Amino acid sequence: MSYVYADYEIKRDLTRCTTCGICVKQCFNGVHSLIETEKGVRLVSDESKCVNCHRCVSLCPSRALKIVRSDLFFRENDNWKDSVIKEIYKQAESGGVLLSSMGCPEEYPVYFDKILINASQVTNPSIDPLREPMETKVTLGKRNHEIQRDKNGHIVCNTSPRLNLELPIMFSAMSYGSISYNAHKSLALAATELGICYNTGEGGLNKDFFKYGKNTIVQVASGRFGVYKDYLEAGAAIEIKMGQGAKPGIGGHLPGAKITEDVSMTRMIPVGTDAISPAPHHDIYSIEDLKQLVFALKEATEYKKPIIVKVAAVHNIAAVASGIARSGADIIAIDGFRGGTGAAPTRIRDNVGIPIELALASVDSRLREEGIRENVSLVAGGSIRSSADVVKAIALGADAVYIGTAALVALGCHLCRNCQSGKCNWGIATQIPELVGRLEPETGSKRLVNLLTAWDHEIKEFMGGMGINSIEALKGNRLMLRGVGLNEKELAILGIKHAGE
Amino acid sequence: MYKEGENETKISSGCAIAGVFSEVGEMISGGIITEAMRTMRERSNGLGGGFAGYGIYPQYKDYYAFHVFYSDKESKKACEDYLDEKFEIINLSKIPVRKNPHVTDEPLIWRYFVMPDHNLLRDSQLDEREYVARCVIKINNEIKGAYVFSSGKNMGCFKGVGYPEDIGDYFKLEEYSGYGWTAHGRYPTNTPGWWGGAHPFSLLDLSVVHNGEISSYDANRRFIEMFGYKCTLLTDTEVITYALDFLVRKKGLTMSEAAAVIAAPFWTTIENMSDERRDVCNYLRKEFPSLLMTGPFSILVGWNGGMMALNDRLKLRSMVTARNGSRAYFASEECAIRKMDENSVDFFAPRGGEPIIVTLKGEKSNPPITNLNCFAEGDI
Repeated sequence: MSYVYADYEIKRDLTRCTTCGICVKQCFNGVHSLIETEKGVRLVSDESKCVNCHRCVSLCPSRALKIVRSDLFFRENDNWKDSVIKEIYKQAESGGVLLSSMGCPEEYPVYFDKILINASQVTNPSIDPLREPMETKVTLGKRNHEIQRDKNGHIVCNTSPRLNLELPIMFSAMSYGSISYNAHKSLALAATELGICYNTGEGGLNKDFFKYGKNTIVQVASGRFGVYKDYLEAGAAIEIKMGQGAKPGIGGHLPGAKITEDVSMTRMIPVGTDAISPAPHHDIYSIEDLKQLVFALKEATEYKKPIIVKVAAVHNIAAVASGIARSGADIIAIDGFRGGTGAAPTRIRDNVGIPIELALASVDSRLREEGIRENVSLVAGGSIRSSADVVKAIALGADAVYIGTAALVALGCHLCRNCQSGKCNWGIATQIPELVGRLEPETGSKRLVNLLTAWDHEIKEFMGGMGINSIEALKGNRLMLRGVGLNEKELAILGIKHAGE
Repeated sequence: MYKEGENETKISSGCAIAGVFSEVGEMISGGIITEAMRTMRERSNGLGGGFAGYGIYPQYKDYYAFHVFYSDKESKKACEDYLDEKFEIINLSKIPVRKNPHVTDEPLIWRYFVMPDHNLLRDSQLDEREYVARCVIKINNEIKGAYVFSSGKNMGCFKGVGYPEDIGDYFKLEEYSGYGWTAHGRYPTNTPGWWGGAHPFSLLDLSVVHNGEISSYDANRRFIEMFGYKCTLLTDTEVITYALDFLVRKKGLTMSEAAAVIAAPFWTTIENMSDERRDVCNYLRKEFPSLLMTGPFSILVGWNGGMMALNDRLKLRSMVTARNGSRAYFASEECAIRKMDENSVDFFAPRGGEPIIVTLKGEKSNPPITNLNCFAEGDI
């Protein structure tokens, strides 16, 4: 017997329900079933299996379904909340570590929501992006500022390897395995159309996707899955994954059930075996080891590709970033504690790491204090939810941002946070062919392109309002930000003034 | 003395600027530029005016001319002790002034002709100009009440709180003559009324007068401060001056290349350029993105041997140029040019981001200008 009661109730409006049975087919969790009774065929629900993903609700042709929060409650207790009690029941029943998916949903401050953006009035004209050119193109990489001239005095135009993006937004690392082939294809198609990059994650690159190489960042993680010469050469940049915001200090575990034939080929591991990424890279126990890997990858690709080092936002992130900026890396990607994941231990996800806003501001400030900010570009991720978050992140000091969750939501993710089950009814976080087929790559790509096109318009409106017509002039322009309801310490770390100052 | 920047508030201002330059090095009286500014009184509000003259100290042309504001005798003593330690002082005097009823609350204003102390310079392992620049930045940041507002060779800035024509009269500019002059009338939206806050802003022989407000200010400031500069005044002009000093003196770019950094052409414009120009503009934009300046500005930059006029890339501030033989004229308004020279011709409004550069003919200019018109299509 389980003491854990269902979180939801399925409300079926019998005056609307036509017993068509679509809900039965759509729910791979087996919530809905058709039963024969003496009065005829009837639909019943087992809410204990419901994850509240809205698949049945969205596809019910007669809009007969609704999922509501169960009003069953334990006696009120501000300390022992319902969720706490239920988690204890689960652990008492299973003896296991609690698993969760997607970013930390707990009630910590969201600093982006306490920052406001400036606009021009009187002394400086705002610029109408519909009438004037407005530039959001960025290039990421090291800038050494050493001007060299040939014998005629002309500048020799050699730059270090760069990542050129039409928008300061990229799709962050999500492996083939953790998400489906069709989800990956949607991201690759959209990145190509938008002139940005998506990221393979640590699952290797499917042979079908090599053709999107110039819009691909290939990742090298602690498990080294799918890493070989052609893979490294396929991408526009190589990312060394040292950590992930959702689970800093923790490795990864893709269960054998998700290692299908095709995933196995891509990851270069046998079908059905668990793919375990160790917590650390076992050849990187210190910063000098990271430097060796950075240069090993540069050697392998003839110094033509920028190297990204991705780290989770942890307490000493500024010192960590300072070390990375001196290690030969071209780009540092920082992943805040709200960043998503296909599966993480719940306790880690909800209690380890720091917010991206503070980590980003602190890293940008530290690198400038040390005069090494130009050694690297900074990419911020870990819950960038809207164009406003993008503008705020760039003004705090980011060169570009990574979006993961927002991209999945655009593809249909309803944030039910059950990716670890592998039974994603929206065809995203699953390898079950029947479910994968529900996400059509052309449609998915279109939705992603729509989302970022809309954000680009909004970013340009923000910029025009500030009298800025190029995104470079927004980068690190913290005078364009003001805090509301933040204390002195928070303002000092963010390096911004309070509203009214 | 309450300074610009002390309350950590950035001050925005609209303004008037004017300039004149003789390419053959004819001496032009400072009185001309004072009169030019009078015609644009509407563009100032009496809270700042100033001038920079080039070639005005031929008798001391090998020495750095420091113009210094002091709030009191103590700050003067502290600064002079420091100058004594770091430099050989060849000559010092009060800068001669004429009382003007519209110019009041003036600080003590002194002038020194100096050379770096030979031994200290050698021990510092610095280039002479870098040594001088660091000393100037140190005085301005660390000696309370002292402010070096001019520090170049054979040039000088004159500025204060008041309308520019009154400031020009106060400093008796008609008694100076030089081959180049720039001028500025200020319309700040708020200012503590500190004399150092007026334009031009200068470092060594590089001076900038500026009309506008750059929206990229904090991005530019936070970048340039990584390279030993300290933006204490929180004014746009200061950050523009440092940016140009960094690009030209430290990185060896020409003025026209530096213009392609701070008023970079749009990516679409770059794509349509000829091969060589495209590569260079692409390179400069990607190498120095944090020095791109947005928002309205028109600036006149002066240095020993040259002058540049530059507008922001959208041309959000007025600026016209004209010429009469070997003389080039620049101003916010045409009337100021006509006042300077009624026979001036070839009136021309440079496009946004299009630098107009003039230099002394036959003389090696400093900083070196090579490949002069690489970016300027409409040189006057």
